[in-house]
Amino acid sequence: MLAPAEKLPTPLGLLAELTHRCPLGCPYCSNPLKLDPRTDELDTATWARVFREAAALGVLQVHLSGGEPAARRDLVEITAAARTAGLYANLITSAVGLTEKTLDALADAGLDHVQVSIQDSIEASADRIAGYEGAFARKRALAAQVVRLKLPLTVNAVVHRANIARVGDLVELALALGAGRVEIAHVQYYGWALENRAALMPTPEQVKRAVGEVDALRERHHGRIVIDAVVPDYYAKYPKPCVGGWGRRSLNVTPAGRVLPCHAAETIPGLEFWSVRDHSLADIWASSPAFRAFRGTDWMHEPCASCPRRHEDYGGCRCQAFALTGDARATDPVCHLSPKHAIVEELAGVRREAEYVYRR
Amino acid sequence: MNEAASVIAADARPRLPRGVRLVHNEAQGGWVLLAPERVFKADAIAAEILRRCTGEATVAAIVDDLAQTFVAPRERILTDVTKLLGSLADKRLLEL
Repeated sequence: MLAPAEKLPTPLGLLAELTHRCPLGCPYCSNPLKLDPRTDELDTATWARVFREAAALGVLQVHLSGGEPAARRDLVEITAAARTAGLYANLITSAVGLTEKTLDALADAGLDHVQVSIQDSIEASADRIAGYEGAFARKRALAAQVVRLKLPLTVNAVVHRANIARVGDLVELALALGAGRVEIAHVQYYGWALENRAALMPTPEQVKRAVGEVDALRERHHGRIVIDAVVPDYYAKYPKPCVGGWGRRSLNVTPAGRVLPCHAAETIPGLEFWSVRDHSLADIWASSPAFRAFRGTDWMHEPCASCPRRHEDYGGCRCQAFALTGDARATDPVCHLSPKHAIVEELAGVRREAEYVYRR
Repeated sequence: MNEAASVIAADARPRLPRGVRLVHNEAQGGWVLLAPERVFKADAIAAEILRRCTGEATVAAIVDDLAQTFVAPRERILTDVTKLLGSLADKRLLEL
């Protein structure tokens, strides 16, 4: 007997990487090491079509990201197109290169929310991490303007060895800037962060203290600011349900138009990605080989295949499984049940006071 | 679960702030509340409450209206409304 075909899930979010260009050089950037060149970037009309197709597919929110999305001169038109398509438009920005005039125009175009990254609570350290002098001051000014425009503001702080001691100060800074939400995101080791892993890796004691601090801060500021935390992967017992499950809730369109199940998916060799230049988004979501590769649970090996948590964490992250074990079908080695878990424990112990390899 | 930090006064005029929108979406199976980097499914009761949070009606008036429209005990509606609005205000998804 044939089993009934599993119902195709409906995606919720689209990450639109409008460009890979960015004035900052953050050593934990999740962009790929090989960046899409400007000449390959999708034009305004194609993005508008992608947004219409996304909305028709059931997508509710579009995250306008990069690189630095403000590096695109048509950011206002792109934002307006997202709203016209009926999507919730979220801007993820470094603030550098996003002028006051552009933000005013974005607000008029119907932008719904702004997320600004902050590298540290101390200016000199923040600018050093970003690899850009003056970035911190610019971020503060932009955050103030966002609040003046009555747009909701999220502060995103990626934490790692150089700033993990100041998690509390980062939350205080977010409050002082008028953010309604702050993300304390322990660095995830993909892209440039994987290159810089030994320079970024915190100690187990630092991680433990920071996790406890975030719990206490959440209690103390309940009702004033929402604190969302991205867990420190290498110290977790179970893996994260990466992107809410492969091909289940979100899609990512690269500057050049390739559609990925997650932003790091291109690190897995042998996957075939389709482009919005050649296919509709609905077609890609349903049929592209990359989306079908790890959708659902049929692809799993043991110990995932019979694990009662397989519908909760979907075996963790495929990119991490490949990066650390060489096998994209393996259990994410972050899981303590993975036969390769020792690799993660070993890597978490590798720390080096090295210069950052800045993302350029 | 924390206790609600926000107090819901009867004369407050709740409204969804900029960046929080209630929309109906067939593909997602009904009403959803769109918020900064989050999406909440709104059941029929939540949607009826939230549609009335326009910044004009007071909490008392919203409760009266719902009690009348759905021929339901005012006390029970007040409990539902206070709970929902308190939890949204705590998440910074509602202005009072």
